[in-house]
Amino acid sequence: MTTALRNNIDWVGYVDWNVRDFHGYEALRGATYNSYLIRDEKNTLIDTVKGPYATNLLENIAKLVDPAEIVYIVCNHAEPDHSGSLPKIVEACVNAEVVSNEKCRQTLSQYYDASGWKFKVVKDHETMSIGKRTLHFVNTPLIHWPESMFTYVPEEKLLFSMDAFGQHYATSRRFDDQNPKEIALEEAKIYYANIVMLYGKRVAKLLDEGGMLDVEMIAPSHGVIWRSYVKEILEAYHNWATYRATSKVIVLYDTMYHSTETMADAIYEGALHPDVDVKLFNVRKTSLTTLATEFLDCAAVAVGSSTLNMGMMPMIAAALTYIKGLRPEGKAGFSFGSYGWTRGGAEGVDAFLKEMKFQILLEPIISQFRPDTSVLDKCREAGKMISEKALEMSAIPQAEISSEP
Amino acid sequence: MKLYVCDVCGYVYDPEEGDPENGVPEGTPWKDVPADWVCPECGVGKDDFSPLEDD
Repeated sequence: MTTALRNNIDWVGYVDWNVRDFHGYEALRGATYNSYLIRDEKNTLIDTVKGPYATNLLENIAKLVDPAEIVYIVCNHAEPDHSGSLPKIVEACVNAEVVSNEKCRQTLSQYYDASGWKFKVVKDHETMSIGKRTLHFVNTPLIHWPESMFTYVPEEKLLFSMDAFGQHYATSRRFDDQNPKEIALEEAKIYYANIVMLYGKRVAKLLDEGGMLDVEMIAPSHGVIWRSYVKEILEAYHNWATYRATSKVIVLYDTMYHSTETMADAIYEGALHPDVDVKLFNVRKTSLTTLATEFLDCAAVAVGSSTLNMGMMPMIAAALTYIKGLRPEGKAGFSFGSYGWTRGGAEGVDAFLKEMKFQILLEPIISQFRPDTSVLDKCREAGKMISEKALEMSAIPQAEISSEP
Repeated sequence: MKLYVCDVCGYVYDPEEGDPENGVPEGTPWKDVPADWVCPECGVGKDDFSPLEDD
Protein backbone atom coordinates (compact mmCIF):
# COMPACT_ATOMS: atom_id res chain seq x y z
CA MET A 1 0.00 0.00 0.00
CA THR A 2 1.51 3.27 -1.11
CA THR A 3 0.11 6.79 -0.79
CA ALA A 4 0.89 9.81 -2.94
CA LEU A 5 2.02 13.03 -1.20
CA ARG A 6 2.78 15.01 -4.33
CA ASN A 7 3.18 14.17 -7.99
CA ASN A 8 5.67 11.28 -8.00
CA ILE A 9 6.37 11.49 -4.29
CA ASP A 10 4.88 8.52 -2.44
CA TRP A 11 4.84 7.07 1.03
CA VAL A 12 6.11 3.48 0.79
CA GLY A 13 6.58 2.66 4.48
CA TYR A 14 5.18 0.21 7.01
CA VAL A 15 2.35 0.58 9.53
CA ASP A 16 3.15 -1.38 12.68
CA TRP A 17 -0.21 -2.10 14.29
CA ASN A 18 1.24 -4.53 16.82
CA VAL A 19 4.11 -2.73 18.51
CA ARG A 20 3.33 -1.57 22.04
CA ASP A 21 6.78 -1.34 23.58
CA PHE A 22 9.11 0.86 21.59
CA HIS A 23 12.42 0.48 23.50
CA GLY A 24 10.54 1.17 26.71
CA TYR A 25 8.20 3.79 25.26
CA GLU A 26 4.62 2.65 25.72
CA ALA A 27 3.15 3.02 22.23
CA LEU A 28 -0.53 2.42 22.90
CA ARG A 29 -1.51 3.32 19.35
CA GLY A 30 1.20 1.35 17.58
CA ALA A 31 3.65 3.06 15.22
CA THR A 32 4.71 3.54 11.62
CA TYR A 33 8.09 3.65 9.91
CA ASN A 34 7.74 6.19 7.13
CA SER A 35 9.78 5.82 3.97
CA TYR A 36 9.22 7.96 0.91
CA LEU A 37 10.01 7.47 -2.77
CA ILE A 38 10.65 10.41 -5.09
CA ARG A 39 10.44 9.48 -8.76
CA ASP A 40 12.48 11.92 -10.78
CA GLU A 41 15.46 11.77 -13.15
CA LYS A 42 17.34 10.28 -10.22
CA ASN A 43 14.86 8.20 -8.26
CA THR A 44 15.43 8.77 -4.56
CA LEU A 45 14.32 6.82 -1.52
CA ILE A 46 14.06 8.83 1.70
CA ASP A 47 14.90 6.53 4.63
CA THR A 48 13.83 2.92 5.02
CA VAL A 49 11.96 0.95 7.69
CA LYS A 50 12.67 -1.22 10.72
CA GLY A 51 14.59 -4.41 9.91
CA PRO A 52 11.81 -7.03 9.92
CA TYR A 53 9.79 -5.10 7.33
CA ALA A 54 12.34 -4.85 4.52
CA THR A 55 10.24 -7.08 2.29
CA ASN A 56 7.15 -4.92 2.78
CA LEU A 57 9.15 -1.83 1.82
CA LEU A 58 10.60 -3.52 -1.27
CA GLU A 59 7.12 -4.63 -2.34
CA ASN A 60 5.84 -1.07 -2.03
CA ILE A 61 8.80 0.31 -3.97
CA ALA A 62 8.37 -2.31 -6.69
CA LYS A 63 4.79 -1.18 -7.27
CA LEU A 64 6.22 2.16 -8.41
CA VAL A 65 9.74 1.52 -9.72
CA ASP A 66 12.20 -1.30 -10.25
CA PRO A 67 14.56 -1.12 -7.23
CA ALA A 68 17.47 -1.26 -9.67
CA GLU A 69 16.34 2.16 -10.92
CA ILE A 70 16.82 3.84 -7.57
CA VAL A 71 19.83 6.14 -7.69
CA TYR A 72 19.90 7.53 -4.14
CA ILE A 73 18.87 6.23 -0.73
CA VAL A 74 18.93 9.16 1.67
CA CYS A 75 19.60 8.17 5.26
CA ASN A 76 18.56 11.01 7.56
CA HIS A 77 19.13 9.02 10.75
CA ALA A 78 21.04 5.83 11.62
CA GLU A 79 18.68 4.55 14.33
CA PRO A 80 17.59 0.97 13.57
CA ASP A 81 13.87 1.68 13.47
CA HIS A 82 14.67 3.52 10.22
CA SER A 83 17.95 2.01 9.07
CA GLY A 84 17.31 -1.58 10.10
CA SER A 85 16.27 -2.68 6.63
CA LEU A 86 18.99 -0.68 4.91
CA PRO A 87 21.27 -3.68 4.38
CA LYS A 88 18.52 -5.55 2.46
CA ILE A 89 17.44 -2.40 0.61
CA VAL A 90 21.01 -1.58 -0.43
CA GLU A 91 21.34 -5.15 -1.66
CA ALA A 92 18.17 -4.89 -3.74
CA CYS A 93 18.84 -1.40 -5.09
CA VAL A 94 21.92 -2.49 -6.99
CA ASN A 95 22.63 0.89 -8.52
CA ALA A 96 21.98 3.10 -5.51
CA GLU A 97 24.29 5.23 -3.43
CA VAL A 98 23.54 5.83 0.24
CA VAL A 99 23.38 9.58 0.82
CA SER A 100 24.11 10.72 4.36
CA ASN A 101 26.26 13.07 6.40
CA GLU A 102 29.68 11.85 7.57
CA LYS A 103 28.58 11.11 11.13
CA CYS A 104 25.68 9.00 9.83
CA ARG A 105 28.02 7.09 7.54
CA GLN A 106 30.23 6.30 10.55
CA THR A 107 27.29 5.27 12.72
CA LEU A 108 25.85 3.04 9.99
CA SER A 109 29.27 1.36 9.73
CA GLN A 110 29.07 0.70 13.46
CA TYR A 111 25.65 -0.92 13.15
CA TYR A 112 26.00 -2.86 9.88
CA ASP A 113 28.65 -4.23 7.58
CA ALA A 114 28.57 -1.30 5.21
CA SER A 115 31.94 -2.10 3.62
CA GLY A 116 30.32 -2.89 0.27
CA TRP A 117 27.98 0.11 0.22
CA LYS A 118 28.47 3.09 -2.08
CA PHE A 119 28.25 6.27 -0.03
CA LYS A 120 27.73 9.85 -1.11
CA VAL A 121 28.56 11.94 1.94
CA VAL A 122 26.86 15.34 2.07
CA LYS A 123 27.71 18.42 4.11
CA ASP A 124 25.40 20.63 6.13
CA HIS A 125 23.28 22.83 3.79
CA GLU A 126 24.53 21.00 0.72
CA THR A 127 22.07 20.81 -2.17
CA MET A 128 21.73 18.09 -4.76
CA SER A 129 19.58 18.08 -7.87
CA ILE A 130 17.66 14.91 -8.65
CA GLY A 131 15.99 16.31 -11.75
CA LYS A 132 12.92 18.49 -11.38
CA ARG A 133 13.50 18.58 -7.63
CA THR A 134 16.44 19.58 -5.44
CA LEU A 135 17.33 18.10 -2.08
CA HIS A 136 18.66 20.44 0.63
CA PHE A 137 20.32 18.67 3.54
CA VAL A 138 20.18 20.32 6.96
CA ASN A 139 22.09 18.78 9.85
CA THR A 140 20.12 18.70 13.09
CA PRO A 141 22.65 17.30 15.59
CA LEU A 142 20.97 16.06 18.79
CA ILE A 143 17.47 16.34 17.36
CA HIS A 144 17.65 13.73 18.45
CA TRP A 145 20.92 11.92 17.65
CA PRO A 146 24.30 13.39 16.70
CA GLU A 147 23.96 12.34 13.04
CA SER A 148 20.30 13.38 12.58
CA MET A 149 19.47 15.36 9.45
CA PHE A 150 16.49 16.86 7.61
CA THR A 151 15.97 16.78 3.85
CA TYR A 152 14.07 19.71 2.38
CA VAL A 153 12.59 19.85 -1.12
CA PRO A 154 12.02 23.53 -1.94
CA GLU A 155 10.14 22.94 -5.21
CA GLU A 156 7.50 21.02 -3.25
CA LYS A 157 7.74 23.05 -0.01
CA LEU A 158 8.10 19.65 1.59
CA LEU A 159 10.25 18.89 4.61
CA PHE A 160 11.33 15.34 5.40
CA SER A 161 11.86 15.95 9.11
CA MET A 162 12.85 12.45 10.23
CA ASP A 163 11.79 11.95 13.88
CA ALA A 164 10.99 15.63 14.48
CA PHE A 165 7.23 16.25 14.48
CA GLY A 166 6.74 12.48 14.55
CA GLN A 167 4.21 10.44 16.49
CA HIS A 168 3.91 6.75 17.35
CA TYR A 169 0.49 6.42 15.80
CA ALA A 170 -0.62 3.62 13.50
CA THR A 171 -3.36 4.72 11.12
CA SER A 172 -4.69 3.46 7.81
CA ARG A 173 -4.65 6.98 6.37
CA ARG A 174 -1.45 8.92 6.09
CA PHE A 175 -2.42 12.57 6.48
CA ASP A 176 -3.13 14.65 9.58
CA ASP A 177 -6.55 15.83 8.42
CA GLN A 178 -7.68 12.25 7.76
CA ASN A 179 -7.36 11.46 11.45
CA PRO A 180 -8.64 13.06 14.66
CA LYS A 181 -6.54 16.20 15.06
CA GLU A 182 -6.44 16.03 18.86
CA ILE A 183 -5.06 12.49 18.76
CA ALA A 184 -2.32 13.35 16.26
CA LEU A 185 -1.27 16.33 18.39
CA GLU A 186 -1.49 14.32 21.61
CA GLU A 187 0.69 11.57 20.18
CA ALA A 188 3.13 14.22 18.93
CA LYS A 189 3.30 15.56 22.49
CA ILE A 190 3.92 12.11 23.99
CA TYR A 191 6.67 11.57 21.44
CA TYR A 192 8.24 14.95 22.08
CA ALA A 193 8.16 14.51 25.86
CA ASN A 194 9.77 11.10 25.82
CA ILE A 195 12.26 11.49 23.00
CA VAL A 196 13.03 15.14 22.33
CA MET A 197 12.42 17.05 25.58
CA LEU A 198 16.04 17.32 26.62
CA TYR A 199 17.00 18.97 23.33
CA GLY A 200 14.52 21.83 23.73
CA LYS A 201 17.10 24.57 23.24
CA ARG A 202 18.24 23.06 19.96
CA VAL A 203 14.66 22.64 18.80
CA ALA A 204 13.87 26.27 19.65
CA LYS A 205 16.95 27.43 17.72
CA LEU A 206 16.04 25.27 14.73
CA LEU A 207 12.48 26.60 14.68
CA ASP A 208 13.81 30.17 14.73
CA GLU A 209 16.27 29.54 11.94
CA GLY A 210 13.91 27.29 10.00
CA GLY A 211 11.48 30.17 9.78
CA MET A 212 13.32 30.89 6.60
CA LEU A 213 12.18 27.59 5.16
CA ASP A 214 8.95 27.76 3.19
CA VAL A 215 7.11 24.64 4.31
CA GLU A 216 3.61 23.46 3.34
CA MET A 217 4.00 19.83 4.24
CA ILE A 218 6.05 18.07 6.90
CA ALA A 219 6.65 14.36 6.35
CA PRO A 220 8.13 12.83 9.50
CA SER A 221 9.53 9.32 9.90
CA HIS A 222 6.72 8.25 12.25
CA GLY A 223 3.00 8.79 12.18
CA VAL A 224 0.81 11.13 10.15
CA ILE A 225 2.09 13.61 7.59
CA TRP A 226 1.33 17.24 8.45
CA ARG A 227 -0.36 19.20 5.69
CA SER A 228 -3.43 20.89 7.19
CA TYR A 229 -2.06 21.41 10.70
CA VAL A 230 1.51 22.52 9.95
CA LYS A 231 0.98 25.75 11.86
CA GLU A 232 -0.42 23.88 14.86
CA ILE A 233 2.42 21.37 15.13
CA LEU A 234 5.06 24.08 14.74
CA GLU A 235 3.40 26.16 17.46
CA ALA A 236 3.14 23.13 19.73
CA TYR A 237 6.82 22.36 19.22
CA HIS A 238 7.69 25.96 19.98
CA ASN A 239 5.78 25.83 23.28
CA TRP A 240 7.36 22.54 24.27
CA ALA A 241 10.85 23.63 23.23
CA THR A 242 10.61 26.75 25.36
CA TYR A 243 9.34 24.68 28.32
CA ARG A 244 6.15 26.64 28.50
CA ALA A 245 4.29 25.70 31.70
CA THR A 246 0.53 25.23 31.68
CA SER A 247 -1.53 25.51 34.86
CA LYS A 248 -0.98 21.89 35.76
CA VAL A 249 0.10 20.29 39.02
CA ILE A 250 1.29 16.69 39.44
CA VAL A 251 1.14 14.73 42.69
CA LEU A 252 3.29 11.61 42.22
CA TYR A 253 3.93 9.04 44.93
CA ASP A 254 4.67 5.53 46.02
CA THR A 255 3.42 4.05 49.25
CA MET A 256 3.75 0.89 51.31
CA TYR A 257 0.85 0.90 53.76
CA HIS A 258 -1.06 3.95 52.48
CA SER A 259 0.45 6.56 54.81
CA THR A 260 2.24 8.38 52.01
CA GLU A 261 -0.80 7.79 49.81
CA THR A 262 -3.01 9.51 52.39
CA MET A 263 -0.64 12.48 52.35
CA ALA A 264 -0.77 12.49 48.53
CA ASP A 265 -4.57 12.49 48.63
CA ALA A 266 -4.55 15.46 51.01
CA ILE A 267 -2.14 17.42 48.80
CA TYR A 268 -4.36 16.63 45.80
CA GLU A 269 -7.44 17.79 47.73
CA GLY A 270 -5.73 21.03 48.67
CA ALA A 271 -4.62 21.61 45.09
CA LEU A 272 -8.09 21.32 43.57
CA HIS A 273 -8.94 24.52 41.73
CA PRO A 274 -11.29 25.23 38.80
CA ASP A 275 -8.44 26.65 36.67
CA VAL A 276 -5.82 24.03 37.46
CA ASP A 277 -5.35 20.58 35.98
CA VAL A 278 -4.34 18.44 38.97
CA LYS A 279 -3.03 14.93 38.39
CA LEU A 280 -2.64 12.24 41.04
CA PHE A 281 -0.30 9.40 40.03
CA ASN A 282 0.71 6.28 41.91
CA VAL A 283 4.08 5.54 40.29
CA ARG A 284 3.45 1.82 40.16
CA LYS A 285 0.21 2.28 38.23
CA THR A 286 1.48 4.88 35.78
CA SER A 287 3.85 4.34 32.88
CA LEU A 288 7.06 6.31 32.54
CA THR A 289 5.77 7.38 29.13
CA THR A 290 2.72 9.03 30.71
CA LEU A 291 4.80 10.65 33.45
CA ALA A 292 7.22 12.23 31.00
CA THR A 293 4.32 13.59 28.95
CA GLU A 294 2.68 15.13 31.99
CA PHE A 295 5.93 16.56 33.35
CA LEU A 296 6.62 18.27 30.00
CA ASP A 297 4.18 21.10 30.51
CA CYS A 298 3.36 20.95 34.22
CA ALA A 299 4.22 23.90 36.41
CA ALA A 300 4.61 22.42 39.87
CA VAL A 301 4.89 18.97 41.41
CA ALA A 302 4.62 17.22 44.75
CA VAL A 303 6.56 13.97 44.79
CA GLY A 304 6.28 11.56 47.68
CA SER A 305 7.78 8.31 48.84
CA SER A 306 7.64 6.10 51.89
CA THR A 307 11.00 5.24 53.35
CA LEU A 308 12.42 1.86 52.38
CA ASN A 309 15.80 0.87 53.80
CA MET A 310 16.60 4.50 54.65
CA GLY A 311 15.90 5.77 51.17
CA MET A 312 13.28 6.39 48.50
CA MET A 313 11.22 3.54 47.16
CA PRO A 314 12.84 2.15 44.03
CA MET A 315 10.05 2.91 41.55
CA ILE A 316 10.04 6.57 42.55
CA ALA A 317 13.79 6.60 42.04
CA ALA A 318 13.28 4.97 38.64
CA ALA A 319 10.65 7.52 37.59
CA LEU A 320 12.77 10.45 38.75
CA THR A 321 15.83 9.04 36.99
CA TYR A 322 13.88 8.78 33.75
CA ILE A 323 12.45 12.28 34.08
CA LYS A 324 15.81 13.74 35.09
CA GLY A 325 17.30 12.37 31.87
CA LEU A 326 14.71 14.28 29.90
CA ARG A 327 15.73 17.55 31.60
CA PRO A 328 12.46 19.38 32.16
CA GLU A 329 13.20 23.03 32.91
CA GLY A 330 11.57 25.73 34.95
CA LYS A 331 9.59 23.47 37.29
CA ALA A 332 8.87 23.95 40.99
CA GLY A 333 7.93 21.45 43.67
CA PHE A 334 8.42 19.81 47.02
CA SER A 335 8.68 16.33 48.47
CA PHE A 336 6.74 14.44 51.08
CA GLY A 337 6.51 11.00 52.63
CA SER A 338 6.25 8.82 55.67
CA TYR A 339 8.90 6.94 57.63
CA GLY A 340 8.95 4.44 60.48
CA TRP A 341 12.11 4.99 62.53
CA THR A 342 14.71 6.43 60.13
CA ARG A 343 14.05 9.22 57.69
CA GLY A 344 15.05 8.94 54.05
CA GLY A 345 12.10 8.62 51.67
CA ALA A 346 11.02 12.23 51.35
CA GLU A 347 14.61 13.41 51.83
CA GLY A 348 15.78 11.23 48.93
CA VAL A 349 13.13 12.76 46.69
CA ASP A 350 14.07 16.26 47.87
CA ALA A 351 17.72 15.67 46.93
CA PHE A 352 16.65 14.38 43.52
CA LEU A 353 14.41 17.39 42.84
CA LYS A 354 17.35 19.65 43.71
CA GLU A 355 19.60 17.74 41.29
CA MET A 356 16.93 18.32 38.66
CA LYS A 357 17.15 22.06 39.43
CA PHE A 358 13.52 22.32 40.43
CA GLN A 359 12.66 25.38 42.50
CA ILE A 360 12.08 23.88 45.95
CA LEU A 361 8.97 25.45 47.40
CA LEU A 362 9.15 24.05 50.91
CA GLU A 363 10.98 21.60 53.13
CA PRO A 364 9.84 17.95 52.84
CA ILE A 365 6.53 17.23 54.61
CA ILE A 366 7.05 14.11 56.68
CA SER A 367 5.03 11.81 58.87
CA GLN A 368 6.09 9.09 61.24
CA PHE A 369 3.84 6.15 60.35
CA ARG A 370 0.23 7.38 60.02
CA PRO A 371 -0.10 11.10 59.14
CA ASP A 372 -2.02 12.89 61.87
CA THR A 373 -4.38 15.85 61.43
CA SER A 374 -1.64 18.46 61.61
CA VAL A 375 0.40 16.70 58.89
CA LEU A 376 -2.64 16.37 56.68
CA ASP A 377 -3.53 20.06 57.19
CA LYS A 378 0.01 20.91 56.15
CA CYS A 379 -0.44 18.71 53.08
CA ARG A 380 -3.67 20.42 52.08
CA GLU A 381 -2.09 23.86 52.50
CA ALA A 382 0.91 22.77 50.43
CA GLY A 383 -1.47 21.53 47.72
CA LYS A 384 -3.20 24.90 47.66
CA MET A 385 0.19 26.57 47.45
CA ILE A 386 1.40 24.61 44.42
CA SER A 387 -1.84 25.25 42.57
CA GLU A 388 -1.42 28.97 43.14
CA LYS A 389 2.17 28.63 41.99
CA ALA A 390 0.99 26.85 38.85
CA LEU A 391 -1.45 29.66 38.05
CA GLU A 392 1.29 32.20 38.55
CA MET A 393 3.82 30.32 36.42
CA SER A 394 1.47 29.59 33.55
CA ALA A 395 0.56 33.25 33.25
CA ILE A 396 4.14 34.06 32.22
CA PRO A 397 5.10 33.11 28.61
CA GLN A 398 8.43 31.72 29.70
CA ALA A 399 8.78 31.43 33.44
CA GLU A 400 12.11 32.44 34.85
CA ILE A 401 12.42 30.26 37.88
CA SER A 402 15.42 30.64 40.12
CA SER A 403 16.57 27.77 42.28
CA GLU A 404 16.04 29.85 45.41
CA PRO A 405 12.63 29.45 47.08
CA MET B 1 40.79 32.68 24.22
CA LYS B 2 40.12 29.84 21.83
CA LEU B 3 36.70 28.28 21.43
CA TYR B 4 36.35 24.50 21.46
CA VAL B 5 33.64 22.54 19.65
CA CYS B 6 32.23 19.14 20.58
CA ASP B 7 32.86 16.71 17.72
CA VAL B 8 29.78 14.70 18.57
CA CYS B 9 27.06 17.30 18.90
CA GLY B 10 28.46 20.67 17.90
CA TYR B 11 28.17 22.35 21.33
CA VAL B 12 30.70 25.19 21.51
CA TYR B 13 32.66 25.83 24.71
CA ASP B 14 33.31 29.56 24.97
CA PRO B 15 35.88 30.35 27.67
CA GLU B 16 34.34 33.79 28.18
CA GLU B 17 31.06 32.12 29.20
CA GLY B 18 32.48 29.02 30.84
CA ASP B 19 29.88 26.50 32.01
CA PRO B 20 28.88 27.85 35.46
CA GLU B 21 25.94 25.44 35.85
CA ASN B 22 28.47 22.64 35.85
CA GLY B 23 31.14 24.28 37.98
CA VAL B 24 33.27 25.98 35.32
CA PRO B 25 33.38 29.74 35.98
CA GLU B 26 33.25 32.38 33.25
CA GLY B 27 36.66 33.17 31.87
CA THR B 28 38.07 29.64 32.24
CA PRO B 29 40.38 28.82 29.34
CA TRP B 30 40.04 25.34 27.86
CA LYS B 31 43.21 23.98 29.44
CA ASP B 32 41.88 24.85 32.90
CA VAL B 33 38.52 23.13 32.42
CA PRO B 34 38.65 20.04 34.70
CA ALA B 35 39.61 16.77 33.05
CA ASP B 36 36.38 15.12 34.19
CA TRP B 37 34.15 17.85 32.73
CA VAL B 38 31.75 16.57 30.06
CA CYS B 39 29.86 18.23 27.26
CA PRO B 40 26.71 19.58 28.91
CA GLU B 41 24.58 18.64 25.92
CA CYS B 42 25.65 15.15 24.96
CA GLY B 43 27.92 13.97 27.78
CA VAL B 44 31.16 13.18 25.95
CA GLY B 45 34.55 14.02 27.50
CA LYS B 46 37.13 16.69 26.66
CA ASP B 47 38.88 14.24 24.31
CA ASP B 48 35.98 14.61 21.88
CA PHE B 49 36.45 18.35 21.55
CA SER B 50 38.44 20.16 18.88
CA PRO B 51 39.59 23.76 18.64
CA LEU B 52 37.10 25.81 16.66
CA GLU B 53 38.94 27.23 13.68
CA ASP B 54 38.12 30.73 12.54
CA ASP B 55 36.51 30.75 9.06
